[in-house]
Amino acid sequence: MAVPAVAARPEAAKQTKRRRNSKKLAGWGYATPTAVFVLLFFVVPIIIVARMSVSDWGLFAGNRGWNAPANYEAVLDDRLLWPAVWFTLKYTVVTTVILLGLALGLALLVQESTRWTGFLRTSFLIPSALGLASASLLFYALYSPQSSPLGFFGPVSFLGTPGKALWSTVALIVWRFAGFYMLLLLVGLQSISADVYEAARLDGANRWQTFRYVTLPLLRSSLALCTILCVTGSLLAFDQFYILTKGGPDNSTITIVQLVYNMAFQGQNNLGRAAALSILVLVALLVLNALQFRGLRDKES
Amino acid sequence: MRFVRMPQYVLTGALALLFLFPLVWASYASVSPQPGTAQTSGWGFGNYETLADYQAGIGQYLLNSTLVSAMTVLFTLGVATFGGYAFAMFRFPGRNALFLVTLAILMVPYATLLIPLYVLLNELGLQNSLFGLALVLTMFQLPFAVFMMRISFEAIPRDLKESAEVDGCGSFRALTHILIPAVKPGLITVGLFAFLAAWNDFITPLVLISDSEKLPLPLAVANMRQQVMGIVDYGATEAGVVVLALPCIVLFLALQRHYVRGFMSGALKG
Repeated sequence: MAVPAVAARPEAAKQTKRRRNSKKLAGWGYATPTAVFVLLFFVVPIIIVARMSVSDWGLFAGNRGWNAPANYEAVLDDRLLWPAVWFTLKYTVVTTVILLGLALGLALLVQESTRWTGFLRTSFLIPSALGLASASLLFYALYSPQSSPLGFFGPVSFLGTPGKALWSTVALIVWRFAGFYMLLLLVGLQSISADVYEAARLDGANRWQTFRYVTLPLLRSSLALCTILCVTGSLLAFDQFYILTKGGPDNSTITIVQLVYNMAFQGQNNLGRAAALSILVLVALLVLNALQFRGLRDKES
Repeated sequence: MRFVRMPQYVLTGALALLFLFPLVWASYASVSPQPGTAQTSGWGFGNYETLADYQAGIGQYLLNSTLVSAMTVLFTLGVATFGGYAFAMFRFPGRNALFLVTLAILMVPYATLLIPLYVLLNELGLQNSLFGLALVLTMFQLPFAVFMMRISFEAIPRDLKESAEVDGCGSFRALTHILIPAVKPGLITVGLFAFLAAWNDFITPLVLISDSEKLPLPLAVANMRQQVMGIVDYGATEAGVVVLALPCIVLFLALQRHYVRGFMSGALKG
């Protein structure tokens, strides 16, 4: 019995090896479309943008050779840069605080599933089906003195001053995204088991205490995910300001991405400079996300 | 606990109305009489007629948007199904690196990629083309789509996978005959999100498409506002918003059950 087994072993080993190799090959085969897309439309462009940021590269003129670090210097000297950075940060903080606070409230409100909360959930979620551009166009009409149905508040200008333009845009974003973040938090809420709440009830915790000491800590990873998404999305805001305010009044609502767009395609037509600024944005975003992830991990351990 | 329910219904109902109000208003305003629009007296579709006659005509812009969305959904589903299958079921060198690089697309701002893509598509002869636009939009969808399909394939019950192997069919037959039906909720979620993203994207065509005949609908409606002497036809804008929003809302409501399930199955896996 043992003899044929020993004799057969190299044969069997060869066969499993062959099978493993063919599985490897098949794996690569199925991954190839992904690899091609990622390489051609992501990795190669990253290399190009790095190259552009250190070149004199016009929109129409194309590449006119190295000029490092002129683009970076020009970006840092741009008189719109620091106001844009400051405005983008302010907008991000305001949006994130209001949006996540409201989303959490909505998620708690529709937590049980009854027919009524089902209707509420759908109502809150419907704006999320709209594109950001469509929602911005809708609010553009909603805010215009000419067509606004909100005229009974008196002749209000929604976009006339820098402050009003900011808050009106935040209202649009909250309307558009509250349901989406509610859904993400709802998924988190529903993964908390009923036993935990039962235990809190037996311990005599009231509603606030249950929320503060049970729900909130167990919801932390969902909240963290929402925060990262919301902060990143707000830092890169473009559509809403491009459509609603065009950066006005008096350049007060220009965001960083809008500045990148303007440098590349409006007025300056300088792709090299736009590439330099977008590299700086990329680096800032990577650092910020690394910090957020680290903060998260520290808290969890 | 459940006494005095009335005020709660009133309050939450009012909140729901607040969320629905802008959409209801836009639909109402698009067909109601308003000075300065094509519909000055009586109710009717004057604003939609303005929209239909704007430059290349709304038909052309709808066609552009439909083509781009259809291509993006098709490419995304194809690439993400094979990719998710590879990452979930096979071990091969470079697997983790490729997956991480795919997810890294999420970390890079659109603007950072669009500037070099504008140059790259010119080199490839794909400037100003809806096909090129769909390829770029597909790339932006890949992190979510590949991730979603990977966890969908990983969530398939083990005995189903084993039965596919025991049947002795090759990995491709196993995929098409047995495994794809099992990941349908994931496919619907990925397809829906790819459609919504492609239909609604604004900055990508703004950078990549300069020919006004080839604009997708959101850009066309946005451009329409700067028509004659800076006077904005708000009626036509409202009609444009309704045309833009309608397919999204219908699909969103029709598929609600499916994509919520897709989300939940992903969430449960952590």
